[in-house]
Amino acid sequence: MDKRPFFSHLRCRECGRRYPKEAVHVCEFDFGPLEAAYDYEAVGETVTREKILTRPRSMWRYRELLPIEHEPTVGLQVGFTPLIPARRLAQRLGVSELYIKNDTVNYPTLSFKDRVVSVALSRAKELGIDTVACASTGNLANSVAANAASAGLRSFVLIPADLEPSKILGSLVFGTNVIGIQGAYDQVNRLCAEVAGKYRWGFVNVNLRPYYAEGSKTMGFEIIEQLGWRLPRHTVVCMASGSLLTKIYKAFNEFSQLGLVEPGQFSIYGAQAAGCSPITTAVKNNTEVVRPVPKPHTIAKSLSIGTPADGYYAIRTMKETGGTAEDCTDPEIIEAIKLLAETEGIFAETAGGVTVACATKLIESGRIPRNESIVLCITGHGLKTQEAIVDQVGKARLIRPNLKEFETLVEHALQTS
Amino acid sequence: MTIPVRIPTPLRKLTNNQEVVEAQGSTIREVINSLERNYPGLKERICDEQDNIRRFVNVFLNDEDIRFLNESETPVKLGDEVSIVPAIAGG
Repeated sequence: MDKRPFFSHLRCRECGRRYPKEAVHVCEFDFGPLEAAYDYEAVGETVTREKILTRPRSMWRYRELLPIEHEPTVGLQVGFTPLIPARRLAQRLGVSELYIKNDTVNYPTLSFKDRVVSVALSRAKELGIDTVACASTGNLANSVAANAASAGLRSFVLIPADLEPSKILGSLVFGTNVIGIQGAYDQVNRLCAEVAGKYRWGFVNVNLRPYYAEGSKTMGFEIIEQLGWRLPRHTVVCMASGSLLTKIYKAFNEFSQLGLVEPGQFSIYGAQAAGCSPITTAVKNNTEVVRPVPKPHTIAKSLSIGTPADGYYAIRTMKETGGTAEDCTDPEIIEAIKLLAETEGIFAETAGGVTVACATKLIESGRIPRNESIVLCITGHGLKTQEAIVDQVGKARLIRPNLKEFETLVEHALQTS
Repeated sequence: MTIPVRIPTPLRKLTNNQEVVEAQGSTIREVINSLERNYPGLKERICDEQDNIRRFVNVFLNDEDIRFLNESETPVKLGDEVSIVPAIAGG
């Protein structure tokens, strides 16, 4: 362990009060969220591009900017997912420089949540916690279950009972305790807040939230490095609680401040589904007051958070960077999933469809210019939400094992394609 | 009228570590004012200088967020339970 800690303390985002590096998440004085604070001078003296380049290709190559005290112990292979130049999609959207940050292939559970969970669980182990838990719309539950299993931690995942069956199965298989709550995510969340106060567990998005949330920054760090140590001019991110969007902003700022990237202008845009768009609605109404959505209704269940905890900060981030927010309907989400799949060979879950659909609208309306660099953050794999598109992608054509039938079929297929 | 109020962990130092305390009132505002009388200092944690419930505090009447009801003016009746819950990150 280095003598001078890089991760120095927790700090209230509202009033700036300092807190010790424990399993605490809100300020006792104003309930503001606590955030990890670093000794940037110490980080700056240690981290260089060259040093990062010598390290394993995982999110931990940026470990000085992650809130743990010792070497990471959970999720060592997570991150460093591909940043893909999306030429065919760029052509379809009429833009010159487009990239997909492809977290559909994040390890081990195919969503960006593995980033946040590996930080939260590494920190949980440092704090001597033996049982971890979460409130989840699905992806987080999958990741907590898998990473807890490999770390030898007991886990409980609390989810709304009506989640996609593949997301429930994708938690059960790891031998975790899956608790389906008969209610919306916000009710699951509320129960978790009460449970977290009662048991000495590490709830990754409650009392471990300051650690958890920082993991999202690695998506931003990777984008800069993979673009050749350059900031993208425009970044589009889907929003549930709004946390990922604010952490990509923090990542871009930290790398700029540390001189790891040439500081420059960048804009961040948020995407939501019309059936649950509290943050986008506030942006469109030009207010910072987020009106909660009591009953979210969209196929993008992973984004169905009616009371987004980071909504206020997400709005300020978009405003400050000159970005904005957009929303899209369920049919638009499905079309966008198919567009991304057919042009780039990437099968995204519904949340990825939201990002692509909203980016399309932002480009077509001129809010994102066509001749500047654009990154779309695709956060989860389509195999996790197959139910949403099962009737929208056609069916396999059936023939007998007979060459003649095959030839007839191909002839027909070539004529119609 | 006595109403039970669930206190979140960060505020229990002010309630002698009690998870549930009793308060009086016929609206949420009155309940919060009554909490302040019994546990001085509690109100400023929940409400800002303009007497509005803070941005990062959620107040529930039974299972409903009071922002979906009538905010601070939401009426409470015998048998109701009020919960104060900090906002939570996504999942």
